[in-house]
Amino acid sequence: MTAPYALLAAALVGLGLHGVLAHAEPLRRLLAFNLLGSGVFLVFGVVARRGAAAGLEADPVPQAIVITGLVVAFAATTLAVALLLRLHGGDPPQD
Amino acid sequence: MEATPAGSSLVVLAVMLPVAAATLAPLLGARGAQRAIVLGLLPASLAVAAAIAAAVLRTGAAIPVHVGGWAPPLGIAFRADGLSAAFLLTSALVMGATAIFAGRTGLGAAAGTGRAPLAFWTLLPALWAGVNLAFVANDLFSVFIALELLTFGAIPLVCLDGSRETLAAALRYLMFALLGSVLWLLGVALLHGTYGVLDLVLLRGAVRPDAATILAAVLMTVGLLAKAALFPLHLWLPAAHAGAPAAVSAVLSALVVKAAFFLLVRLWFGTLPALLTPALAGLLAALGAAAILVGGVMALRQARLKLLVAYSTVAQLGYLLLMWPLVLGTGPEGTGAWLGGVLQAVSHALAKAAMFLAAGLIAVALGHDRVAALGPAGRAVPIGVLAFALAGLSLMGIPPSGGFTAKWLLLRAAIETGQWWWALVVVGGGLLTGGYLYRVLSSAIGGDGEATASVPLAPQAVALGLAMLSVLLGLLPLYSFGLVQIGRPGMAP
Repeated sequence: MTAPYALLAAALVGLGLHGVLAHAEPLRRLLAFNLLGSGVFLVFGVVARRGAAAGLEADPVPQAIVITGLVVAFAATTLAVALLLRLHGGDPPQD
Repeated sequence: MEATPAGSSLVVLAVMLPVAAATLAPLLGARGAQRAIVLGLLPASLAVAAAIAAAVLRTGAAIPVHVGGWAPPLGIAFRADGLSAAFLLTSALVMGATAIFAGRTGLGAAAGTGRAPLAFWTLLPALWAGVNLAFVANDLFSVFIALELLTFGAIPLVCLDGSRETLAAALRYLMFALLGSVLWLLGVALLHGTYGVLDLVLLRGAVRPDAATILAAVLMTVGLLAKAALFPLHLWLPAAHAGAPAAVSAVLSALVVKAAFFLLVRLWFGTLPALLTPALAGLLAALGAAAILVGGVMALRQARLKLLVAYSTVAQLGYLLLMWPLVLGTGPEGTGAWLGGVLQAVSHALAKAAMFLAAGLIAVALGHDRVAALGPAGRAVPIGVLAFALAGLSLMGIPPSGGFTAKWLLLRAAIETGQWWWALVVVGGGLLTGGYLYRVLSSAIGGDGEATASVPLAPQAVALGLAMLSVLLGLLPLYSFGLVQIGRPGMAP
């Protein structure tokens, strides 16, 4: 039952990794990084479901990790976008 | 609740003191935070690190900590062994010296105004917390938190002055760091999916060399290599470390990349020794040898002093990877290669911090840092140039210095295990180091020209103190380093 999700996660990781490594433009790499991150979070979802035990629907530890991971990925994306804006638009850099 | 072993609250303090400082800093303002860090956090952290080292030495075993009384696999565990204690002491010394230095000199003309000082005094303890957490974390997820704390602390510090070059360097650093984090996290998912535990010690007993574990190990290793700027993933380091203010460069080069190296040691020798084959160890060391060569040659070719010092970091980090085949060759009871690698990391941390601080002072005095025109530095910043030279002795591996003992131990382990080619790498790297340091010192001593600014004595003395510590490590008798063997996985307890 988790197999389609596992395959989807693998596809997202593959697409994201390709995007991060093969593209030079920072914005595309940032979007690819988010795709890669979503794939990794989905892997955790699959792992949680497969680790279900003791009457729980799913193993809670991977779910806790995903929540932290989401916060980190969001913060990292905002930091990268802020750097990009300072470099290429918005506020001019203080040269 | 179970009985808490002696010293466990110290281990929690080693992480929580800098976290508290980073949290309070915005409330205190730049001046207040600076005073709190130099007068409060520095002595407290030194005392905590020394007490942890003493407790580890006294009991002859690692200090396990179950945070909140929850045991793994559900709870989070910290674990401070001798290696952790040695690195905690190093981080307290380097962070403390850097804080004193920054308090005396400010952050340089461009970064000294506006919000930059408050950002610096908030992010410095955040980095401190990140490296200390990396040194005591005992589960894969806490390690991820430590890595992220380091990323988010280091990147704004790199572009503190807001110039176009440093913003570009910070963005590039961020891309490498994020790739490293996400690869680590994917490895964590695979390992948790396979074994159902995150604890490093529990994992050690469980790992089997199957496909998922090998894939996880490769992903996590590549992630850490990117964070530690180990060849060929070093491309972000020179611009980021050379562009930052001197105090920031010192911390980044001395400690932040070492935290990733420390985790690589933990991962391979602590958790995954079942997967470590001679071919794999040889591959890692070959990357190290390439780093020594490429970093050394690039350092020889740099026109700017800070870039030269940054490429020297790339080369010196390469020595650390030589540990893998040499420790594997001498077996779990072998101490020389293990001690050599650890001593190289610690003495390089002290020496490189001294070097970046001295380079910053030279740039202030001369108004530039072109290697070819350092003429007035010898007269304008004499103590700083002396600090640079002493730190250089340790990097080159000239006796007596910590760097000499480290390289001699690695050299001896290479010969004893019949892997003479790594000995050639150590010797060749020393010659390259000598070459680029000669360029700096011959230009800085006895040249002519006028300095444009005067440099006070106190910050020069801080750089000299760090350089002296790096040299003095070489005067300690070898048995006094027994600390770093305590609690080493695979050794008899």
